[in-house]
Amino acid sequence: RRDVLVLTPWLAPIVWEGTFNRDILNAQYMQKNLVTGVVTFAVKKYWFFVEGFMSSANKYFLAGHQVNFYLFTDNPEQISHLHMAPENHLFVIPVQNYSLWQDISMSRMDIISRYIRSQFQYEVDYLYSIDIDVQLFEHIGVEIIDTLVGTISSWQYKARRESKLYERRTESQAAIPKGEGDFYYTASFFGGSVAEVYKLTRACFKGVMEDRENGIEARWHDESHLNKYLLYHKPTRLLSPEYCWDEEL
Amino acid sequence: YLSASPLLKMFVCCHRLAFGNGNVHYLPYYLPCPEIFSMKLQYTEEKLIQLFPQLFYQQPRVLAPKRQDVLTVTPWLAPIIWEGTFNSEILDSAYRPLNLTIGVTAFAIGKYTKFVGRFLESAEKHFMKGYRVNYYIFTDNPKAIPDVQLQPGRRFVIVPIKKYASWQEISMRRMEAINKHIAERSHQEVDYLFCLDIDMVFYNAWGPETLGDIVAAIHPGYFSVPRSHFPYERRRSSAAYIPDGEGDFYYGGAVFGGLVKKVYEFTKTCHMTILTDKANGIMAAWQEESHLNRHFLSHKPSKVLSPEYLWDDRKPKPPEIHLIRFSTVDKNYKEIRD
Repeated sequence: RRDVLVLTPWLAPIVWEGTFNRDILNAQYMQKNLVTGVVTFAVKKYWFFVEGFMSSANKYFLAGHQVNFYLFTDNPEQISHLHMAPENHLFVIPVQNYSLWQDISMSRMDIISRYIRSQFQYEVDYLYSIDIDVQLFEHIGVEIIDTLVGTISSWQYKARRESKLYERRTESQAAIPKGEGDFYYTASFFGGSVAEVYKLTRACFKGVMEDRENGIEARWHDESHLNKYLLYHKPTRLLSPEYCWDEEL
Repeated sequence: YLSASPLLKMFVCCHRLAFGNGNVHYLPYYLPCPEIFSMKLQYTEEKLIQLFPQLFYQQPRVLAPKRQDVLTVTPWLAPIIWEGTFNSEILDSAYRPLNLTIGVTAFAIGKYTKFVGRFLESAEKHFMKGYRVNYYIFTDNPKAIPDVQLQPGRRFVIVPIKKYASWQEISMRRMEAINKHIAERSHQEVDYLFCLDIDMVFYNAWGPETLGDIVAAIHPGYFSVPRSHFPYERRRSSAAYIPDGEGDFYYGGAVFGGLVKKVYEFTKTCHMTILTDKANGIMAAWQEESHLNRHFLSHKPSKVLSPEYLWDDRKPKPPEIHLIRFSTVDKNYKEIRD
């Protein structure tokens, strides 16, 4: 790939189709006997997406490797019986719903960090948070596995730094000063080692709580806090917008 | 701590015998196992995510790669380091606060002691500036090593070793010597270790962009040729054998390194394969370089240095090489190798 940036200035690879050989990566992954987890939320009307997400993820996400899917929902009864591949597991975890979707979005950070601490750290090595309204059309494999992984948002990858969707108000914990910023990362798909995801979600939730106490809410909610975190804790690997393309574009 | 077993352990080395028709048979061959191979080393925690402090720099552009003329990421997603692919300021801002110590091993045996002065002087100007550095000079003639003035935070240690009969043997025994030294000493003193040839000079900056778990460098003679032309060991009876149709890059034996525990592991493996060949009465085409290439084919490096980091001054500089950082000293091979 000569048309795109495949390495960040801090030497993290940016994963695009054509830059990697999945067979080599699979061999390396299998040697280490790793288990990867996926966290996703289906709250209120989002239960509608569960079937589509689970069937496509089951088929295309790290196919052939053990994946633990952790599905948080306020409506466990609505989840129809889902057929899982033999190596995958599905855990349905009930959560309470919130009146505002922004609250759901931001409490994700808190829920993920709490569950990592109490449960996930013992069950998986790597953990990814993926929005439920995402459908996989192509295989997503072990090329995504690294210590701290962010996905470049498809909306912003062409834009200049100034027009990015960063939070700019200094009162918010998610504020990124003018003149700073690498990429705009989407909150629909991020992850890494269980330890790093724990730190990230804790830091983001802390930012959310502080903002709430100060009566301010970040422009793009948990995504703004994610971007702040990943600016100063740079990802060790980036996924290109191919990994999270917004159909509306 | 070092936990050394009091007993000399024997390990079984299964070497392969080759017959005329290419069939391989295995025969157990018992070799005395040096004590150090059974030592358990305690390693400090790997530093993973560093905090990158606030910095102002040009925005990276997704659609504007800095280098379009060369491969900058391997198929297993390890970075290939070329000028333009990295921002030294960003990397320094993350690595300097970690208070790392970088080790360098170099072998100055026999007449090669005459290269030490220039190597060290140039390293003082260009190698890991601003970091703590320990130079470990392995030599059979400590008196011949000149006294070189070092910057603060940088130390120089002479490691006496014995001189072997042939230059090939000297070259191949490096793996054993480095491995032994890590076990006995350097694992406690450095975080990262680079193993470099002494008959070389630094001309430009060599910085934290080179730090990684397992680091190899592309040989300057073979970065633009197909793998069928790589001088891999092609005889099946050697433990360094690489069949036709296989191979990623041809790595140079003059530069390799990584986290000290990783260097310990792969120097151990390479030394074992070298011993296997010895037991079989064969010597690989390019000595330990062949064994290194065999190892890095099955255990891929996490970072690859472009030939900027391992250049040969006798070669004309092609357009892809923007900066020569580390290169050979012109020498008369007949005169140097006894």
